[in-house]
Amino acid sequence: MDEYKFVGKSSVRVDGKVKISGTAQFIDDLDFGPNLLFAEIVESKFAHAIINSIDTTEAEKIPGVVKIVTGKDFPFRFGLYMHDRYIFAQDRVRFVGEQVAAVIARDAVTAIAAAKLVKVDYTELTPVLSVQQALGDSPFLIHPDLKDYHHVPWFFPQTDSNVAHLRKVRNGNVEEAFADSDFVLDDVYTVPRYAHCALEVHGAVGLLDHSGRLTVWTASQSPHTQRHLFAEALAPLGFQHKDVRVITPFVGGGFGGKAGVSMEILGAALATKVKGNPVKILWSRAQEFYNTYQRQGVVARLKVGVKNDGTITALEHTLYWDAGAYVEYGANVVNAAGLSATGPYRIPNIKIDSYCVYTNLPPGGPYRGFGYSEFLFGLESHINELAKKIKMDPVEFRKKNAIREGDRLTYGAKMNPNGLMEAIDKVAKEIEWGKKETSSDPNKVIGKGFSLFWKAPAMPPNASSSAFLKFNEDGSLNILVSGMEIGQGYLTVLAQIAAEVLSVPVEKIRVETPDTDRNPYEWQTVASHVTWGCGNAVKQAAEDAREQIFDLIERANGKKREELYLEDECVRSKVEKDFSLPLKNFIISGIQKEDGTFRGGPIIGRGMFMPEFASALSDPETSQGGHPNVHYTVGAAAVKIEIDKQTGKVKIPKVVLAVDCGKAINPDLVNGQITGGILQGIATVLYEDMRFDDKGKLINANFSDYKIPTAMDIPDLVVPIIIEVAQPDGPYGARGMGEHTMIPAAPIIANAVEDALGIRIKSMPITAEKIALAVKNKSKN
Amino acid sequence: MKKEISFLLNSERRTIDVSSSEILLEVLRDRLGLNSPKCGCDRGDCGTCSVMINGKTVRSCLILAIEVEDQEVVTLEGIMQNGLTPLQESFLKHNSFQCGFCTPGVILSTTELLAKNPHPNKEEIQEAIAGNLCRCTGYSPIIDAVIDLVK
Repeated sequence: MDEYKFVGKSSVRVDGKVKISGTAQFIDDLDFGPNLLFAEIVESKFAHAIINSIDTTEAEKIPGVVKIVTGKDFPFRFGLYMHDRYIFAQDRVRFVGEQVAAVIARDAVTAIAAAKLVKVDYTELTPVLSVQQALGDSPFLIHPDLKDYHHVPWFFPQTDSNVAHLRKVRNGNVEEAFADSDFVLDDVYTVPRYAHCALEVHGAVGLLDHSGRLTVWTASQSPHTQRHLFAEALAPLGFQHKDVRVITPFVGGGFGGKAGVSMEILGAALATKVKGNPVKILWSRAQEFYNTYQRQGVVARLKVGVKNDGTITALEHTLYWDAGAYVEYGANVVNAAGLSATGPYRIPNIKIDSYCVYTNLPPGGPYRGFGYSEFLFGLESHINELAKKIKMDPVEFRKKNAIREGDRLTYGAKMNPNGLMEAIDKVAKEIEWGKKETSSDPNKVIGKGFSLFWKAPAMPPNASSSAFLKFNEDGSLNILVSGMEIGQGYLTVLAQIAAEVLSVPVEKIRVETPDTDRNPYEWQTVASHVTWGCGNAVKQAAEDAREQIFDLIERANGKKREELYLEDECVRSKVEKDFSLPLKNFIISGIQKEDGTFRGGPIIGRGMFMPEFASALSDPETSQGGHPNVHYTVGAAAVKIEIDKQTGKVKIPKVVLAVDCGKAINPDLVNGQITGGILQGIATVLYEDMRFDDKGKLINANFSDYKIPTAMDIPDLVVPIIIEVAQPDGPYGARGMGEHTMIPAAPIIANAVEDALGIRIKSMPITAEKIALAVKNKSKN
Repeated sequence: MKKEISFLLNSERRTIDVSSSEILLEVLRDRLGLNSPKCGCDRGDCGTCSVMINGKTVRSCLILAIEVEDQEVVTLEGIMQNGLTPLQESFLKHNSFQCGFCTPGVILSTTELLAKNPHPNKEEIQEAIAGNLCRCTGYSPIIDAVIDLVK
């Protein structure tokens, strides 16, 4: 089948040469000349304290110090979904490492030295370091003014508590259904916090020039959202959106960590205090760990009922999210997870409570998977345990209950077309499900684990994308968009989509990273939505250009537009075999008539996309009535592991993941997401986790103590499987799949450990130590 | 205190004043304009700052600039004097990179490997790049690129 010429092909990446040659510029590679200033942050030593005073006298005496800025300079509250953050701490600090002041100096060494001389006088408060503590009897309120905070209409803060948002989902009657069930299983699963660990740290450079123009260069997944939040937060200083410009070079890994606005606000704000000088702020690796978004921890209580025939009757899922000191982004993770905490299952009776809980730990936020990895660990572990109780094969049990097209989603809308069954069958076959294997080494045991997964983009209902497309004299073209290339291959995919419409090869298409002055609006590069959303915008822009081309040929050459088509960079006619007009002959210069005059002009395409069917409005008590999610991407995964019973060490001979991406615009890039995402997920279950001391200080803020996988830690074999059940409103049927590859990693390992050892581990990570101790305890009992 | 040092950088003799505390990575990036070595952790954990000294990859964030006096330093820029190398072409073919931040270091580590061992097996490749963290690819596309080149 060769339906398309460019779509579905593994084109060489358009950002390939610039990256393998080391030419790609990241934030720290940009040159700002000798006038560049450096900022160093004065950080909170305490997780929770009142700021009594800040004394900058000694620091100001250091030669080379240009300006010292504190919270008093910026008393503005801001945030993405909820305005609960300040640029610098105001009257109190809420996590260790929070920015209290900044020293701006001529060079970085001076800034660091002077920052140490800023004296902050605190009165320590009791830190709230767990959800249990935050929700206990008369807890200390971390945000006493919560009730006054502006927030999106789909958040429901609980007054006089540490609950910033509570997402409730109700359908059917769980109590009756539990009573009618043959078996009900109740358990608690816990997941700690995790760090994104993109190899590039966060950075920003701000410049307010003497004309009043604020330009901020950032390492960001969200240039337009950043511009919007900068303009909004700094509006009291007189900025309009047109005065603010965000330029984003290549990003050295995002994974959600560079979405929204975190430290970049400092680049924007500090620039306003040193007019005429660019000011740079670059996080250290330690700051990258403790003062950007972290993946939120969760304590999840699950109660699920089943019939003896394997039908799931009811689910009660209560999720307590440790959302940290500020939840302006993280609360939407809580929201998204709450709306989808059934997993990809048909469950008639549901009761879900997803609590966004303030704690005095660093701010939680988006991380690849957006809450789904976290709840799926418990849910898919629980599914296996239920299957065991009713003596049913866990894959059969999943198939019996798996959601199908047209089934009711938690909030009442219908499930989109999907290839979940195909994914389950293909993964089961590839992992040889049901075939028991034994190790040749008596100290080792082999187990297999299976999991389904799903995820929807979590976006405001009006999150939109747009694109400009402009031709050059030789028929090559530039596409201007504002999604970010964060490694996933987005620029290449957009080039392929435009290539398909316009018959211009990918090598003749340039797509670059955005500048909000030049490139049209994009909400953010998150939610695995840009291939879908921005892909639609680019397809429309290409079609717009094509229609303009046909208009011109009709007008200038007298051809009927319905007879025209594009092929091999030429306009051709279905009725006149000899007619073939190369695009380069007229695309800028126009078409000359016999009298010497020209028709036409530079062809510029325009496209936009907004999911007009989406709505976040629903009944706050039940979540019924809206259409908050545009669609779900589903799939299945399985793993075979070998465990050394003495050391607890897990080796992975094989892992398989099938994802229904609707249409793989570039299959190699889809496979790349699977190979990379599954390893990132495996690391969260086998060894990564953020450790805090009893004062709330992160104690493993480096790569020696927070281990991420090396090339020695990879599975022996990763088998990616692409399923293609078209998304009706996707470009060429495509839907996103970037985050999904990480989501099932934890439960497949947990289920494989249980399969091998008969031990159910209910808290992540499942370290070698934890396994070895569990084996020891089991043999004792 | 500044000291004049002279060393071979990407086949060109360079002479520069450095202070005794200046780090090689900073000198290469901030003073000599070579941006392929990156700062990912500043403590030798991640390998994004890899450069070659006398043919061996080292972490330039852990080396003082004065230590390279009379040595030969090669950055990624220095191996492309005749265009992209076959190894780089193989990286392109296998999508052995995503965000591209770790890529210069990974290419130098694998270049060093192939210079010493023209036909490495999978385990030898894994070991050679074990000091280069990559958060995007899951490493196997990198291994595939090297294996495909040497087969």
